[in-house]
Amino acid sequence: MTNRATATIHGWLLLLPAMACLALFTHWPAVASLVESFYSTPRGRRPARFVGAENYQQMLADPIFWKAMSNNLWFALGTIPTSIALALLMAVWVNDKIVGRTWVRMAFFTPTILPMIAVANIWLFFFTPQYGLLEQIIHAFGGRNTNWLGSQDTALYAVTVVAIWKEAGFFMIFYLAALQAIPLNLGEAAAIEGASRWTYFRRVQFPLLMPTTLFVLINAVINAFRMVDHIFVMTRGGPDNATTLLLFYIYQVGFSFWDTAYAATLTCVLLALLAIVAFVQYGFLERRTHYR
Amino acid sequence: MDRRDVLSGAAALAGALALPGMARAQAATEVSFFYPVAVGGPITKLIDTYAADFEKENPAIKLKPIYAGTYQETIVKALTAHKSGTPPVTSVLLSTDMFTLIDEDAIVPFDSFVKTEDDKKWLAGFFPAFMENSQAGGKTWGIPFQRSTVVLYWNKELFKEAGLDPEKAPANWTELLDFAQKLTKKDAAGNVTQWGVQIPSSGFPYWLFQGLSTQAGAILANAAGNTTNYADPAVIEALQYWVDLAQKHKVHPPGIVEWGTTPKDFFERKVAMMWTTTGNLTNVRSNAKFPFGVAMLPAGKRRGSPTGGGNFYLSKKATPAQQEAAFKFIRWITTPERAAQWGIDTGYVAVSPAAYETPAMKAYAADFPPALVARDQLPHAVAELSTHENQRVTKALNDGLQAALTGTKTPQKALEDAQAEAERILKPYR
Repeated sequence: MTNRATATIHGWLLLLPAMACLALFTHWPAVASLVESFYSTPRGRRPARFVGAENYQQMLADPIFWKAMSNNLWFALGTIPTSIALALLMAVWVNDKIVGRTWVRMAFFTPTILPMIAVANIWLFFFTPQYGLLEQIIHAFGGRNTNWLGSQDTALYAVTVVAIWKEAGFFMIFYLAALQAIPLNLGEAAAIEGASRWTYFRRVQFPLLMPTTLFVLINAVINAFRMVDHIFVMTRGGPDNATTLLLFYIYQVGFSFWDTAYAATLTCVLLALLAIVAFVQYGFLERRTHYR
Repeated sequence: MDRRDVLSGAAALAGALALPGMARAQAATEVSFFYPVAVGGPITKLIDTYAADFEKENPAIKLKPIYAGTYQETIVKALTAHKSGTPPVTSVLLSTDMFTLIDEDAIVPFDSFVKTEDDKKWLAGFFPAFMENSQAGGKTWGIPFQRSTVVLYWNKELFKEAGLDPEKAPANWTELLDFAQKLTKKDAAGNVTQWGVQIPSSGFPYWLFQGLSTQAGAILANAAGNTTNYADPAVIEALQYWVDLAQKHKVHPPGIVEWGTTPKDFFERKVAMMWTTTGNLTNVRSNAKFPFGVAMLPAGKRRGSPTGGGNFYLSKKATPAQQEAAFKFIRWITTPERAAQWGIDTGYVAVSPAAYETPAMKAYAADFPPALVARDQLPHAVAELSTHENQRVTKALNDGLQAALTGTKTPQKALEDAQAEAERILKPYR
């Protein structure tokens, strides 16, 4: 009994440093944001006062908030499935014994290690009208000029493509590790049975990759709400909020407008949104996932 | 180069004044000084040299420049430090942040430090256009330091090709359109290979638009910073002119023109005339592979351009001794000789007429006349748009401008929406 008590105390003591950091930098700010969202923004000599749900009412009436939400939804729909599919494809490819696969792996992984601000500056010139890389390719095929980042119809797609490019290589690494953990004899058995490459992938590899897919999916969803660095460089949310994502808007409200209470309100919504998504994914998908 | 980055060089000066907590232990008054500089290099070195020179002359003051990133990052850091109780004694921040800083109760006016006749002469010595953004309610809250304005750059080679006088820039709106039409070229497929003119519209389109609206005879906001004038007929006319350049006359690229790539477009000969900051002067001088000219913006009903850039501010939470020391430094660094040298080294507009009378500046201008264009335009210049809740109120205008330029709203509707939004935000400040 005393042994168990000692073990418990030891366990908690070992957890304490991490817990303290987590509480101080994650849990406390989250709770503080929630509390702040019910107060007005303090300014100069005017202290914060309790305003109830006023900030939330303001949010519901704020067209830019709704625009940011819908942009974020499209951004998520654009990035998540595509980057996961690409990652899987690349992983299966570089898992095979092909010549120079180390180079290919490295090439696929490169976007991940580059700082987003730097690559956004490079992409800015890819998308530049007239002499940008993309324009030169289109010109070679006789296409017309497009101002990719400067038009409301294409700007969101353009920033979505950058996000996919950035993410796919990162997810590929997880798939690659998982693929290498699949025993070789499964592949040999399938070959003896005469299963096609596709059947082997669909019936053996893909189900065995499900835990990885779940992990990658959760990361992809979080990233869809978290990746805004390139927005700062490429569009600053424009034209007319066409590329304003929720987190970018929170930054703007918090640190450009200094409306901290409203920023806290938006943060709470973002937190709630992510929490719901995570619960659904863990609660629902996990039951259908095959763990070895 | 980003205007904010160009300007960011100057904020480093401010950091040199002491952190209040650390100052007490020492005999010297320590003055911490936040200065916006995004990257190291020549400007940081300049500021460090100034700080060292100042300390040599004033051994009782210890100056601590802190390089704090872009303007946006610097104000975030300065205001966060203010809220936690230990702000920098002085900072260089955007002149348009004046009302924000007053509302946050973060700064003190300079008036109580201006005591002697000499001080008064110094304060009266700045260009009036720069003081418009530095004074409110009869008090002086900011001292101009690294200031800029919008000018027109043109490619003389392309002017010659188009049969225009390469030494003559468009003087008014009609000429601007006329020249731009002659300078716009298309290839066989109908794609434009060279645009006549471009005015950047990403990020902070309001700043360049303010050139147009001023030329149309409108002032975007009142001096008290609590009323905007976005839906004025003259403002609508100005936006209509800009939109027409792109959509009707097709001499200006359609959609949003990126601020950051505009100088590059100019160097690549993709555009014959561009509007951008005087802060790009050194950049253009070293990168343009063709002869170029710099001119005042063309006139509509009148000439006009906004000013821009950064001012010195004094922290309210610093001790009186620190404020006094910081004031001494600010006064020291804005003397005509130093203002002239600063302008020559960085490309910013020197902040006082006296600076242009110094031998150093005269020699520089004789060698490189475009350096004087910004000064000559200053009598026509107006204060950069600045109000209470500044960033939110200007965002309303930015969104409206971008909506009109991308064709989702008419200029009239876009500006009426922007005005309604600004009204809603500013009502509590009247």
